[in-house]
Amino acid sequence: MFDLSSAEWTAIGLSLRIAMVATACALPFGIAIGWLLARGTFWGKTVLDGLVHLPLVLPPVVTGYLLLIWFGRKGPLGAFLYDHFGILFAFRWTGAALASAIMGFPLLVRPIRLALESIDRRLEDAAATLGANPVLVFVTVTLPLALPGIIAGVLLCFARALGEFGATITFVSNIPGETQTISAAIYTFLQIPDGDAAAGRLVLVAVALSLAALIAAEWLGRRATVRFHGG
Amino acid sequence: MLVVDVQKQLGALRLTVRFDAAGGATALFGPSGAGKTSLVNMIAGLLKPDRGAITLDKTPLFASESGIDVPPHQRSVGYVFQEGRLFPHLNVRQNLEYGRRMSRRTREPVEFERIVGLLGIGHLLTRRPRLLSGGERQRVAIGRALLMQPRLLLLDEPLASLDAGHKREILPYLVRLRDEADIPMVYVSHIAAEVRQIATHVVRLEDGRVTATGGLELLAGAS
Repeated sequence: MFDLSSAEWTAIGLSLRIAMVATACALPFGIAIGWLLARGTFWGKTVLDGLVHLPLVLPPVVTGYLLLIWFGRKGPLGAFLYDHFGILFAFRWTGAALASAIMGFPLLVRPIRLALESIDRRLEDAAATLGANPVLVFVTVTLPLALPGIIAGVLLCFARALGEFGATITFVSNIPGETQTISAAIYTFLQIPDGDAAAGRLVLVAVALSLAALIAAEWLGRRATVRFHGG
Repeated sequence: MLVVDVQKQLGALRLTVRFDAAGGATALFGPSGAGKTSLVNMIAGLLKPDRGAITLDKTPLFASESGIDVPPHQRSVGYVFQEGRLFPHLNVRQNLEYGRRMSRRTREPVEFERIVGLLGIGHLLTRRPRLLSGGERQRVAIGRALLMQPRLLLLDEPLASLDAGHKREILPYLVRLRDEADIPMVYVSHIAAEVRQIATHVVRLEDGRVTATGGLELLAGAS
């Protein structure tokens, strides 16, 4: 039963790569937006908050379609990124990573924002009186204290990216070896007469990976919390 | 020499304060709500006065007329907070060395040992702040402020969160600090007995205004 074919291995490897790249690229933006939402007071904050959460409530097909329009080879952003940086999203695994990052973004930002909101700002004042400039205060006090939230966000985003289907298949289609992730492969196997066994194997892999990500999030988060804030 | 001449509207309280502090320990003495903490926050650069000037050793830290407002990390003003505010993610040694690391000064083991010895915290260096008693925490907080080599040390009710036993534990350290460290201190308190032991000068603050300045004789009759 558990003899994975090379096509299945390819889908698993691709899923992991896409989810990792998506999470890694989303993280700096996640911290920046989380910080803006936690600390900023500016016009349009509610709108920004809504935009960040939009992928959570929008049908994934709609997100995928919007990505196709904006980031396709001829889309305004897609054309710009291709002409200036040589980055191509359309029907590439990079596009799958972009779609996964956007779908996982709300889950990344939320815990980071909550962690930043719960930090005792007076510790940052103390750091400033000890000679730390604002950047150093952020790096040596704010970020370490927000670490449990950052870990939680990263793993939730990763798990979400791993399972992304709707937006990805709409945006970059279902190309074996390029954009066919575990989810897309399961979908494909279910469409062919003898695909049930292969689909079943991938379902088990998906369950195992997602569970591992959630357990890791829980464990790492608790460890960081105990270390910094006491058990 | 610290010269303070500031105004600030804080809700219903109008703070209008003028005083100066030379060497030794100057107590800002007065009841709760008189504006003492706001005043030291302004000296540290954590709160901006509406108007006025703050000068330390002839260099302006704040001057509304010329638009000078030196940010807190460039003031070299040490601050011991009422609640210690040790960094929970760093151990005691890392807390103590935080100021030196942030200003990229080289290690000075002799000075480090001297202050650690003065405060009696040598056996705590590898502990995390949450495992310290209230008294230990405040001694580490004092050490952390001293080790940044401040030009002025602000202490905002550093004993307020401690029980009587721990107060007695810290007071002698503060007195030694005043006599040995050679850094001018501004000591905020509303308790006359405490001020009597530590201060050399007294600035009495009531309802946002200085009502008297002088020596310890100002405390006569106060509790």
